[in-house]
Amino acid sequence: MIKHNAVTADARPKVKARKSGLVLVILFLVLIVIFLWSFTVGRFAVPLPELLTVFFRKMFGLPATWSDTTETVLFNIRIPRIIVALIIGAALSASGAAYQGLFRNPMVSPDILGASAGAGFGAAMAILMSAGAITIQLAAFAFGIIAVMLTYLISRMIGKNNNSVLILVLTGMVVSSLFSAFISLAKYTADPNNKLPEIAYWLMGGLTSITSKNVMLMLVPFVIGIVPILLLRYKLNALAFGEEEAQALGVDTKKIRFVYIICATLLTASSVAAGGMIGWVGLVIPHLARMLVGPNLKYMLPASVLLGGAYLLLIDDISRTFFTVEIPLSILTAIVGAPFFIYLLVKGRNSWT
Amino acid sequence: MILEIKDASFGYSKRTVLRNISFKVVSGEFFCLLGPNGVGKTTLFKSILGFIDVKGGEITLDGENIRKWSKPRLAKAIGYVPQAHTPPFPYTVLDVILMGRMAHLGLFSSPSRGDVKIAEESLETLSISYLKHMIYTEISGGERQMVLIARAITQKPQLLILDEPTSNLDYGNQVRVLLQIKKLSDEGIGVVMTSHFPNHAFLCSSKVALLNKNGFEVGTTEDLITEANMRDTYGINVKIAKFVDDQGVDIRSCVPLAN
Repeated sequence: MIKHNAVTADARPKVKARKSGLVLVILFLVLIVIFLWSFTVGRFAVPLPELLTVFFRKMFGLPATWSDTTETVLFNIRIPRIIVALIIGAALSASGAAYQGLFRNPMVSPDILGASAGAGFGAAMAILMSAGAITIQLAAFAFGIIAVMLTYLISRMIGKNNNSVLILVLTGMVVSSLFSAFISLAKYTADPNNKLPEIAYWLMGGLTSITSKNVMLMLVPFVIGIVPILLLRYKLNALAFGEEEAQALGVDTKKIRFVYIICATLLTASSVAAGGMIGWVGLVIPHLARMLVGPNLKYMLPASVLLGGAYLLLIDDISRTFFTVEIPLSILTAIVGAPFFIYLLVKGRNSWT
Repeated sequence: MILEIKDASFGYSKRTVLRNISFKVVSGEFFCLLGPNGVGKTTLFKSILGFIDVKGGEITLDGENIRKWSKPRLAKAIGYVPQAHTPPFPYTVLDVILMGRMAHLGLFSSPSRGDVKIAEESLETLSISYLKHMIYTEISGGERQMVLIARAITQKPQLLILDEPTSNLDYGNQVRVLLQIKKLSDEGIGVVMTSHFPNHAFLCSSKVALLNKNGFEVGTTEDLITEANMRDTYGINVKIAKFVDDQGVDIRSCVPLAN
């Protein structure tokens, strides 16, 4: 019954009914284009016609018409790297979007509960012990999980049964900086001639040494993590209104939060374990997705997944083609992400559209 | 539907805020809870809504203890209208109202066309269809409160719990929101509402619960909102004025006195 005179009511901004479904289709097509383009650039580029020939003949078991070099480059280096870039981008963006919804805060990124710092420490320790690439990835993954578990358990102890979001986030900061200190300690004790640079490069993030083994190792946590995040996404919307309102809407907030923390942690830890500490993706991509399809997670989460995958793949293509030496990914994501975020702040101010 | 509070105590882990509370609300009843700040109105609501457990006694819906009810089941029975606040993300009004369907959806599903229809009906019921495509974070406080009521009725509950739905609203919007809630109660929804204004109870309540340091008392609006009771509850002097409106109906008003 609140009546307004027509002039003021109509003068206010209205959202045109969004064609969010269409945007998702377009994002998917963009992803496919970047995916195919990624084969055609960089050293040992494979032109599109040849790529299609390889795929078709492989599919139907026909004899090879291409060189062994092409075969090796394609299946041992290029495809694994492209897939890992896609997965890491998608995983970091999905967990960023999930955490922003879960913690009701658009400033949250996937490493909020300590997954990145923990994983970095695991990797640094493995490097110190001269472990191989697979062991480094496993150690990083394990310590990423351990760090988040620590955050969760400590916050449960402090918060008793209230398990307040604020306590969880603050504990995450504490655990993060603790593991960062451990990383520094590992660096400090590392041999400055070989181990120290290795740790430093690893931490800066990169997909240079990715092989098909790494892909297998991260595919499992990715699938286990992303499926529940996508399936339960509509319910997560209610959390934006706070714990109690969400419960009054019929959402079991404790269970939802627990599932999301576990899944987002799996995604973040497995990403950092495979690609190093790649910042900004999980913070910026959800904002971009929100700009394109609105905050409703029904569309926003899939949009984040598609955008994140396409974005990191593009960044990795730039990293391996634009310069004679590969630029670490975290440097590029920060150079692109920071100005873009400023743009968002200027444009969106309080609305976060 | 009958909501019954049986000899219940409310509070948090170590602190008991309210003791030995008993009352009953049936569908179609308008129940107004009056009491000073800090007396435990919000704690009582949180317990009825299942956010916190009762410390003694029980809360039942149609004779069943709500303690064992799942969140979706409880949400289908009781709708909650909180005080309007701003969420961190710019949802559209339709998005917000559709969230009222959450309890009716499967774990993995999102609203269907049918759910959108129910949401649109709620918008029409409250005459706020013009807000449908606006951004929830950018509309006025009064409009946000109406949207939250629309969300609660989209939930299709038999009971509505409202926590000071008129705080932060201008005078006109206060009355409009209250009359709207009264209409819902006339249509058969049970309403439990807190307010800081005895006049709100005069305007639409059939039953009042008075909560103060002397205890808890339930009765009709006329019996409980008296000059003596208001002095005991709020520590101020008031005059209860009685008039006859243009239609010849008795009306009352609670006016604070300067001395």
